[in-house]
Amino acid sequence: MPVIAFRQALRDAMDEELARDQNVILMGEEVAQYNGAYKVSQGLLDKYGPDRIIDTPITEEGFTGAGIGAALVGLRPIVEWMTLNFSAQAFDQVLNNAAKMLSMSGGQLKVPIVFRGPNGPAEYLSSQHSQSFQAFYTHIPGIKVVAPSTPYDAKGMLKSAVRDDNPVIFLETEMMYGLKGEVPEEEYLVPLGKAEIKRAGEEVTLISFSKPMQTILEAADVLEKEGYSAEVIDLRSLRPLDEEAVYSSVVKTNRCVIVDNDWPMASFGSYLGWLISKNCFDSLDAPVEMVAMEDVPMPYNHALELAVQPSVEKIVAAAKRVMYV
Amino acid sequence: MAEQVLMLALSPTMEEGTIVTWHKKEGDSIAQSDILCEVETDKATMEYESVNEGTLLKILVSDGGQAKVGDPIAVVGEPGEDISGLDKAAERKAEPAAATAQPAAPEPAAPQPAAPQPAAPQPAAPQPAAPQVSAGQLKASPLARKMATEHGIDMRVLQGSGPAGRIVKRDIEKALRQVASRGPAEAVGIQGPAGPAFIPTAAGPTAKDERIPLSGKRKIIAQRLAESKFSAPHYYLRIDVDAGAMMAARQRLNARLPKDPVGKVSPNAFLIKFVAETLKKYPVVNSSWQGDAILRFGKIDIALAVAQEDGLITPVVRDCGAKGIVQIDRDLKLLIDKARNNKLTPEEYNGATFTISSLGTSGILEFTAIINPPGSAILAVGRIHNAPVAGEDGTISVRSQMILTLSCDHRVIDGAVGAAFLSDLKAFIEYPIDLLY
Repeated sequence: MPVIAFRQALRDAMDEELARDQNVILMGEEVAQYNGAYKVSQGLLDKYGPDRIIDTPITEEGFTGAGIGAALVGLRPIVEWMTLNFSAQAFDQVLNNAAKMLSMSGGQLKVPIVFRGPNGPAEYLSSQHSQSFQAFYTHIPGIKVVAPSTPYDAKGMLKSAVRDDNPVIFLETEMMYGLKGEVPEEEYLVPLGKAEIKRAGEEVTLISFSKPMQTILEAADVLEKEGYSAEVIDLRSLRPLDEEAVYSSVVKTNRCVIVDNDWPMASFGSYLGWLISKNCFDSLDAPVEMVAMEDVPMPYNHALELAVQPSVEKIVAAAKRVMYV
Repeated sequence: MAEQVLMLALSPTMEEGTIVTWHKKEGDSIAQSDILCEVETDKATMEYESVNEGTLLKILVSDGGQAKVGDPIAVVGEPGEDISGLDKAAERKAEPAAATAQPAAPEPAAPQPAAPQPAAPQPAAPQPAAPQVSAGQLKASPLARKMATEHGIDMRVLQGSGPAGRIVKRDIEKALRQVASRGPAEAVGIQGPAGPAFIPTAAGPTAKDERIPLSGKRKIIAQRLAESKFSAPHYYLRIDVDAGAMMAARQRLNARLPKDPVGKVSPNAFLIKFVAETLKKYPVVNSSWQGDAILRFGKIDIALAVAQEDGLITPVVRDCGAKGIVQIDRDLKLLIDKARNNKLTPEEYNGATFTISSLGTSGILEFTAIINPPGSAILAVGRIHNAPVAGEDGTISVRSQMILTLSCDHRVIDGAVGAAFLSDLKAFIEYPIDLLY
């Protein structure tokens, strides 16, 4: 099976969908002539031309709104935000237009659009460019939010997102664009809303999504070396959420650590923690632990930048706390 | 973060301790396992080993002061730390303070990084790992609670190994393993006085394990006996008794009585009467441990353990001291009949001041029984059997022997008193005329 990078998996997904459906377009800052700020859209302008691969001005609210308008009249746009940090400019369009049209029109107006881009901290990007947006977007009814962690899932889920009739926020990570993984040549789809057990275990359930999956898999290795068996779940999709997969694991292991690289207060991880506490109450042998980003704006100093984020050590320590070892 | 040092239960029965001497003073640095102070418990003076690390910021209960288990006695933390909110000794209240372990910390819901409480040092208790009955709020994980309910485990007798003594899954699993390896608990006095009342069913082992849900009665039996066994420090006294005179007296009595449809006077009625007369001489054996006092009962109400198909029950013959043997026998027969038919009212089986349990009809020679609260002693009666006995002159003769084993609550009855009681009971049984002296 070919081994390709995460960015190429995304590019292949868009390429296949652009080829399959004339209504699919890609728009955003630098996506066309510059081949994408992170080279995700490399070669697509040459292949599909400027009518379908569209460079936009640096006006997030404007081009996000234009994309939503295009979706309302029948296109299936992929809007690239250069980073999710810039999507804050476009938040009103997502919150009040993309997420609400279907409901406010009594089902008459659907908004089949994908917003994609890198989310969360990279490196040396300081406070304003290192933010995680999963909590903001999963908060909103009417949109889907997905966050794959492997090239395989990235391709299969982006294709599913393009074909979905709802607005989908597709969270990538700058630090993952170079991540390599096996991706089959033949076409496949990965459904939205299905978690994956990455590793079966008995004594504690470790849950995350997106880039921290690498960290929790490493933590599971460390725990295994010390004699503890951790089950690792990749949520892949935050909304809709595969609650069934989470609960059946926690009911089995009786203990749970959630890793969410975002501020802890009112976060996606804290909501998931509440869900587990409520639905697995009688199966829990310890309070659900959450390893989150520290509750501070991201420091620029690199040592501090790493220190405020979830780490293997923090995850192992949390797992040991819930196992009382 | 500064933490309160709490008074620990340094003996299984300890509810309160007195600080004899502090070995550390305020400002001293503390390492784990350092001796903080000496604590006088209900039994002995014990050394209090620190589970905390840091600096002793404040002593809340000074030398000679008392603290209930779970009350703060000191504060440990970093030098200069703000300890307001932590630096108050528990207010002394008449009732045991519940959940004193949670200090009113200013930080909301700060997770306590408290190290697991060390198991209380064990005094030489006969029971393996005699657990303590914890006072106040029980801390347990939801899973542990569910497992305890499913397996009928009384969590109050467990020592939690989680933070701040929280009972967690592994504590329940450990308790289950202990139960499995220990086998059925010691003989719990089950007996019907006449005839084999307890007939085991013929069902052999089946291929599959079967979970039998607990009946209410089974739960109560389990809870009461565990509570008694694990809170009352039992000791046991055994004595051989010549039952010849008693059995001869019984024969004479039964021969004299008119043919009564109720039947012959049972040996148990004799035993109850002998016990009642002996209790008159030893009112301390007819008493109850009340926690803060010993209750000396005004009447002698003696229960007899009676086996039922689904458990056992202890009907009580009231005021045995004022009744004759025949009256006791008639009362007993009525009560046993009701017990067999599950007709006893709580007034008829609660509040025995002393209990007798006999397994003689099952062929048991001797056994030890668990005290039936609120009483402080229980007499286990073995089978009356012929045995060779060496007389004082060295000759051996075959006598009608019976082995009595008295279980006493040491909190109420000291060994010498229990021994004197049992010795006098033996004398009464062997020389019934002594009752009149």
